[in-house]
Amino acid sequence: MTKPTRVTNSVREFRTSAGLTQIELAARIGVTRQTLIAIEKGKYSPSLEMAFQISRTLDTPLEDLFHYPDE
Amino acid sequence: MGYAERNTWAQVISSIIAAAVYAVVLIPRLRTQTAHEVQWVQPMLWTIVASIVASIVLSIGIGIVAGMINPDTEHRADLRDQEIDRFGNRIGQAFLIAGSLGALTLTMVRADWFWIGNTLFAGFILFTVVGGIARLIAYRRGFQ
Repeated sequence: MTKPTRVTNSVREFRTSAGLTQIELAARIGVTRQTLIAIEKGKYSPSLEMAFQISRTLDTPLEDLFHYPDE
Repeated sequence: MGYAERNTWAQVISSIIAAAVYAVVLIPRLRTQTAHEVQWVQPMLWTIVASIVASIVLSIGIGIVAGMINPDTEHRADLRDQEIDRFGNRIGQAFLIAGSLGALTLTMVRADWFWIGNTLFAGFILFTVVGGIARLIAYRRGFQ
């Protein structure tokens, strides 16, 4: 139906390290908890803007949060 | 389950029930009357109104139950919901167009209004149901 993404992420690990709950991080980046859950499970690829918001909120570089495999 | 997904469930369920009730009312009439004689306008209008009302009531009901189960339940849509909504509309549009083309063809061959009206109605129902199911699959299986 939709093309599966090869992008993976470590949002959950960095969020828990930062001591934030899903509700707290979701509120800070302006999305619902369901959307944050979908991102963490790899079921939704956030927009570039949302990815930057997560990066800034967790004070973590984008490259550490989101990964794309080499060919 | 998020706010927009709950609303999608309500919309799909109410549309399927409404279409089924309409079919149950209309089909027996077609067995005893010609298409020209069948009274379909009133049942269709009632079906449309009932479907809209049922969708709103069901959506509110599911929202209340979800709020009782989990007080942190959110009552707003976000960017992902908007993207999934657009995706569902894109899938459903094919049926809306097919219904419109079917009705246009029937008009050209001067078919009875019964068939023209019901072909358009079928297009709307399929737009809602198929588009809604596509949204629900996107919510459950993931949306990239």
